Amino acid sequence: MQTPTLFALLLLLILVAYGTGFSRALSAARSLGGLRNLASLPSYYGIFAALWCGLPALILLGAWLIFDDAIIRAMVLNSVADKPETISGQNLLYAQIQNLAAGHMLGEATPRLQEAADHLSQLRSSSNNMQAFMSLILAVGLGAFALLRFSPQLRAREKVEKVLRAILIACACAAIFTTVGILFSVLFESLRFFQSVPVTEFLFGLHWSPQMALRADQVGSSGAFGAVPLFTGTLMVSAIAMFVAVPIGLMAAIYLAEYASKRVRAVAKPILEILAGVPTVVYGFFAALTVAPFIRDLATSVGLEASSESALAAGLVMGIMIIPFVSSLSDDVINAVPQSLRDGALGLGSTHSETVRKVVIPAALPGIVGGVLLAVSRAIGETMIVVMAAGLAANLTANPLESVTTVTVQIVTLLVGDQEFDSPKTLAAFALGLMLFVTTLVLNFIALHVVKKYREQYD
Amino acid sequence: MSTMTLDAAGRTEAAQSELTGGQIAASAEVRKTVGKPFCDTAKLRMRNVNVFYGEAQAIHSVSLDIGRNQVVAMIGPSGCGKSTFLRCLNRMNDTIEGCRVEGELSLDGDPIYGPKVDVVPLRARVGMVFQKPNPFPKSIYENVAYGPKIHGIASRRADLDEIVESSLRRAGLWNEVKDRLDKPGTGLSGGQQQRLCIARAIAVSPEVILMDEPCSALDPIATARIEELIDELRENYTIAIVTHSMQQAARVSQRTAYFHLGRLVEVNDTETVFTNPEHELTEAYITGRFG
Repeated sequence: MQTPTLFALLLLLILVAYGTGFSRALSAARSLGGLRNLASLPSYYGIFAALWCGLPALILLGAWLIFDDAIIRAMVLNSVADKPETISGQNLLYAQIQNLAAGHMLGEATPRLQEAADHLSQLRSSSNNMQAFMSLILAVGLGAFALLRFSPQLRAREKVEKVLRAILIACACAAIFTTVGILFSVLFESLRFFQSVPVTEFLFGLHWSPQMALRADQVGSSGAFGAVPLFTGTLMVSAIAMFVAVPIGLMAAIYLAEYASKRVRAVAKPILEILAGVPTVVYGFFAALTVAPFIRDLATSVGLEASSESALAAGLVMGIMIIPFVSSLSDDVINAVPQSLRDGALGLGSTHSETVRKVVIPAALPGIVGGVLLAVSRAIGETMIVVMAAGLAANLTANPLESVTTVTVQIVTLLVGDQEFDSPKTLAAFALGLMLFVTTLVLNFIALHVVKKYREQYD
Repeated sequence: MSTMTLDAAGRTEAAQSELTGGQIAASAEVRKTVGKPFCDTAKLRMRNVNVFYGEAQAIHSVSLDIGRNQVVAMIGPSGCGKSTFLRCLNRMNDTIEGCRVEGELSLDGDPIYGPKVDVVPLRARVGMVFQKPNPFPKSIYENVAYGPKIHGIASRRADLDEIVESSLRRAGLWNEVKDRLDKPGTGLSGGQQQRLCIARAIAVSPEVILMDEPCSALDPIATARIEELIDELRENYTIAIVTHSMQQAARVSQRTAYFHLGRLVEVNDTETVFTNPEHELTEAYITGRFG
C-alpha cells in the first residue's frame, strides 16, 4: 500500500474513533439524564479515542519512514557476497543496485547485482506491507481499547489535556533543538577548520584570500584566512547603514508618535512598514544598479576615485531597509511612555518639542537603544544587498568609496558552487558563520537585557 | 439639549434642566448657579465657559471667579466636569483631540484663550499637580530644576541650587531628600512623589496652582501632609483644587464650588456650603444621598 493511501486510511480511522467516542458519550449522558453526569464533555471522549487511535500509529509510521531505508540498505549490502571495504565504494554499489531495481540501469547487469536488486525490491515491498499492516492494526486495536475503556466516570478531559501539553512541549523542544543542532554543526565544522588554520591567524590575520591551489604549480593561490578585512568591511557597511537608519527612523518615529494626527498615523505607519516587506534582493538591484553608479559618478565629478561597487552604496541602501525596524520599535517605545509624564512637562510650561526632547525621549531611551541594537544585528546579518552592491574584494580599508566585502558575503561565495568538505576554503565558511552567530547572539542578548531593564522603570 | 440664555448679570439660565437617570428623587432644577460665584479680588475670572468633546457638551455655561491667595475647592460626583473645568484654566485640554472651549477666561485680566495667547508662559503662570504623582524618570534635583531650566529662570548652577532647595523646602520635602538629590524621583514613596511634583510646580514661581485630586492616590498620613502644605502655600499662591473628599474640601478651602452634570450648581464660602447649603442638590451631595 502507498504511504499517502495509508495516511488517508489512518485519518479515516481517527475520524471514526472520534465520532464513536463522541456518540457513545452522548448516548451515555442521555441514559444518565444529562451531560452533567459525565466526567467530561462528549467532545473530550471523542478526542480521547481519536488520540489513542491515531497518535501511536502515526508515531510508528513516522519512525518506520525514517528508519526503513537504512535498515533495508544494511540488509541488502550484507547479502552481497564480496562488498567493498570503503564507505564510498559501498555507496557506489548500493546506488547501482537501486538503479537496477528501479529499471534505470544502462548496460549489462552482472548476476550478482541482479540478485541484490531483486532482494532490494522484495524487501521494499514487504516493508511497505508490514508498515501498512502494523500501523492499521495499532490504530484499530488501540482505538477499540480506548472505546472499551469508556465509562461516564472516565476523566477524558484531564488525559486529553495532558497529551496536548506533551505535544506543545514537543513543538517547543523542536525549535530549541534545531537551534542547538545548527550551533553544533557549525561548531564542529569550525573546529575542523581550526585544525588546518590556527585560530590566531583567523582572528588577527589581515589578508583574506580563500582560494586554495588544486595543484602545487598553480600561481598565487596558497590561501590566506585572516578574517580582519571581512570584519572591518561588515563593521563599515553596518555603521553606514546605522548612520542612515537611526536618525531617520528615530525622527520618523517621533513624528508618528508625537506629532502626527490619528489619520496621518493610520496611513503613514503601514506604508513605512511596507519598506520592511520589500525583498532584500530588490534592495540589492536598487543598490547595485542605481545607487552605486550614482555615487561613483558623484565622486568622480568632485575629483574622488570611487569603485563602481562601494561600501557606501550598500550601506546607504541597507540603512533604508532598516529604517522601519528602528522606527517601528521606537514608535512602540515612545507610545509606551505614560501620558502623565507628557502632561507633567506640558503643565510646567514646556513646549511640545521640549517635552519630547527632554522628557519623552530620555524616558524612552533604553527601549530605543534596545531597538537599535536589534537593528544592528539585522544589519550585520544582511547579505543580499552587500553581495550585489559592495563587491567581493576583501579590502582592508577605511574608505567607504572602495569596494569591501562582509562576513555574510564571503560565506555565500565560499559555499556557492562545487564544494569539497575537507578543504579549509569550505570549512572557513563555518568558522565565519560561528563568529557571526556569536556576534548577533551577544547583540541580541544585550538588546533584550536593555529592553527588559527599561520595562521595569515605570509602575 | 437645552437652550441657554443669559441674563443681565451674565449668569446662566437653563430653559429646562435635564436631570436624567433619576439620581435624585427631588425634581431639582439647575437653573442658575446659586451662592456667590464672583469675588472682588479675582485672580482667575471665568465667564460662560462651555466645553465640548466632539459633539458632547461636558461643561454648560459655567461662570466663576477664583480670588487671590484663596483656595477654591471643586466638588461633585464623578463625571460632573470638575476636572475638565480645572484643565481649562491652563489649557491642558488642548492636548485632547476634539476638545473645544468657549467663553471668556482671564488671568489677571489677560485672556487665557485666543489666537494671540502663547500657552507656554500661561502654563508657567498657572502650574498643575496631577491626580497620580508623575515625577520624570530623572533625579530628584533634575525633576525640580526642569522648569527653571526650560524657562531660563536660572542660568547659573548656584541659582538653580537655590531654587531647587527653596522649592523642596516649601514643599516640605527638603529634609527627607537633601542627601539623595541625585537619586531617581521615581524611587520615592507615593506621598513624597506628590510633594516632589508640587515642588516641581512651584519651582517656576507660578501665580496659580491647579490640583486635580492630588491626594487620591495617597494614604491618610501623606494626605494630611499635603493638606498642611496647601494651607501654607495659600500665602503665596492662588489654588484651585478638585477633590472627591468633602472632608478635604472642608479642611483646606475657603470657597467651595459644587458641580453637577457639567453645570456649576452652587458656589459659597466653604463653611456655608457644608453647614447651610442653598441648593437642594448640594445638600443631597454633601449629606451623602448620592454621589
